[in-house]
Amino acid sequence: MWLPVAQLTSNRRPVLNQGEVESCLLSSVDIVCEENPNLPPFKSGLLTLTTHRILFTPDTSSNAVAIPLEAITHIFSSKKSIKAMFASPRVRFQVTTTGEGSVDKNGSKSAVVTLVCRGKSGPDPDVFVGKLWEAWRGRAWEASSEGSGSSLAVTVDQGGSGAGVFKMPVVGVSGILRKEQEMWESTDKSLQDAFQDLNALMSKAKEMVMLAEKMRQKLLSGSTNQSSSSTDEELGTTKEEMQDWLLSVGIASPVTKEAAGALYHQQLSRQLADFVKIPIERAGGMINLIDVYCLFNRARGTELISPDDLLQACTLWEKFDVPVMLRKFDSGVMVIQNKSHSDEEVLARIKSLVLKPEALRTGVSASDAAMTLGIAPAMAKEHLLSAESKGMLCRDVSPDGFRFYISLFEEFHGDDMYIVKEYGNYAAWVAANTISFRWPFGRVGTVRAGSDGFRTVTGGTVTGPSNEPRAHAGCGLTRVGTVLACRFVRCANRRSWTRNRLVFFLVQGSKHKRPIVQG
Amino acid sequence: MQKLGEFKLPHFFNYPPYFTLQPVRDTREKQIQLWKELILDYCRTQKLFVIELEKDFPLFTNPTIERSLTHEAKDAFLSALVSDGRAEWMDKSHRKCLILWHRIQDWAELVLRYVRENGLEDSVMTVEEIRLGTESRGTELHGMDRTILMRALKLLEHKGKLAIFKGTSTDDEGVKFSLQ
Repeated sequence: MWLPVAQLTSNRRPVLNQGEVESCLLSSVDIVCEENPNLPPFKSGLLTLTTHRILFTPDTSSNAVAIPLEAITHIFSSKKSIKAMFASPRVRFQVTTTGEGSVDKNGSKSAVVTLVCRGKSGPDPDVFVGKLWEAWRGRAWEASSEGSGSSLAVTVDQGGSGAGVFKMPVVGVSGILRKEQEMWESTDKSLQDAFQDLNALMSKAKEMVMLAEKMRQKLLSGSTNQSSSSTDEELGTTKEEMQDWLLSVGIASPVTKEAAGALYHQQLSRQLADFVKIPIERAGGMINLIDVYCLFNRARGTELISPDDLLQACTLWEKFDVPVMLRKFDSGVMVIQNKSHSDEEVLARIKSLVLKPEALRTGVSASDAAMTLGIAPAMAKEHLLSAESKGMLCRDVSPDGFRFYISLFEEFHGDDMYIVKEYGNYAAWVAANTISFRWPFGRVGTVRAGSDGFRTVTGGTVTGPSNEPRAHAGCGLTRVGTVLACRFVRCANRRSWTRNRLVFFLVQGSKHKRPIVQG
Repeated sequence: MQKLGEFKLPHFFNYPPYFTLQPVRDTREKQIQLWKELILDYCRTQKLFVIELEKDFPLFTNPTIERSLTHEAKDAFLSALVSDGRAEWMDKSHRKCLILWHRIQDWAELVLRYVRENGLEDSVMTVEEIRLGTESRGTELHGMDRTILMRALKLLEHKGKLAIFKGTSTDDEGVKFSLQ
């Protein structure tokens, strides 16, 4: 391999270095060394020009390589000839190499590298050459390497010390500034004074980036050194906050239409696949498309994408080998989920939720499920609806709201309607809804449904706080006395919850019935 | 166990989803099945022949859990009975439904048995006598719906077991049995 290997993300997007920004993409490019046929050519790949490197990502699954711009000593201007008109456009430049012919910025020999552009779509190779010149002259690597002595890779530009003005390659807050600066550059030189002000502003932006970098490093060291204490809640929150900060500082080098041209959606798709990994994990394996749209655009800062672009980028995932996928629910709600995300696991969690005594009595709403599953209510509703369509749940629509219950219809018998099998969910449901009072001395209270719709319980003795009797409904009694009656009534003050309440009437030596409210 | 008058209600009568028409096919089929059985059972024990959808029907409301059937649900359950031949809509707008906890041919059988048991094989009776006369007291025919009785009699007439005589008013429609 005569070109240094470059790192790729799992979704085959190049991993960019500190301060590196993409500026142009070309597809179907070969890299050859025409004067030395012993060096194997790199065939058919995607060329990504950044401020620091020319990256070559092969269409096959092999490794990516890169040519550091620092190694380039000369860019040849393209020859205009009849012959060149019919052949694939070529871009030639001279690089320094080691004795063996490998490209190296500190090499003593030199070689000419040729890029053969076979792609029909994408930006014109001339445009690419223009961008290459721009990037090469920009000497962005000098700014980075100057700072490499200290732990922070970004240093404050001292203003006009370099030959060309170095463009700050960070998006987010400073991306706005960069845009501004470009505008200024194209205007008259007489605006140089105003330009000075901008430089001052720019150094502020750089400080912000430094802050972000500092936080990131702190975070990284935190996760390696203190992994044992990472469960600590306090650390958890600060970690999350920091991640949020980092998120708002933004994606360095977002894929833009300008840079990627026709390859825009393809590259956006890959970048998105890289980006959604963390939000999906945090959301429990599945995230709403709308949420992703917000997060993604916030991370991009400038260079916002349209909802249409996002949808296209997601649809393209089908063609790539990425670990995430777009999913459309029957209701039309679209989400992004991990391919490994299993519905069975969610179903199992919903099942255990609806089988709790409280849920057997009152069912669960989408917001109840959202709280238990730790996901958004809209998402929880989708899960509940899909569990319903599988026959696991059934619905209850009433003035109290839209609630779900474990489906018991299969356990009901039409032939003998009064049968309740001893085991099974039906029996559990009956038990949860019938209060059988087993007082300490074996007396069992009976439950009756009155004509007024209230259920009344009579009989039973409450003997003392130490032997606090607990009804199956989960109500406790603390007073001593004989139960004259207790009523099972519906709470009227909280409409959204059908929570039942027990009112006990105790005889306590006095003549009056004294209600004790238990909740 | 909860009761509706003398009628013993099943446990699942307090199951709130039982009162919401279920959208999932399999679940709904099971739900409809259960409702059909309950409606027939209730009507048989309470001797009810007609359900009017716009009037309160005790079975369609459960005050204990504060749930009642929507019009759509009532229509769905009764229509399922209709397609089973166990009920008939009395009007096109589905406001009244005739419940046949005995099918028409079963009612006809009951009429024949009644005629034989009372030695009426050759006699003439009015329709009202069959429904409300002293002889029918204690049988299932007593107090039965006139529409259903007429349908059963017509079926028997078709088989040649009797002849129906039209009177001047509906009150004096007569039946001449000829079972021998």
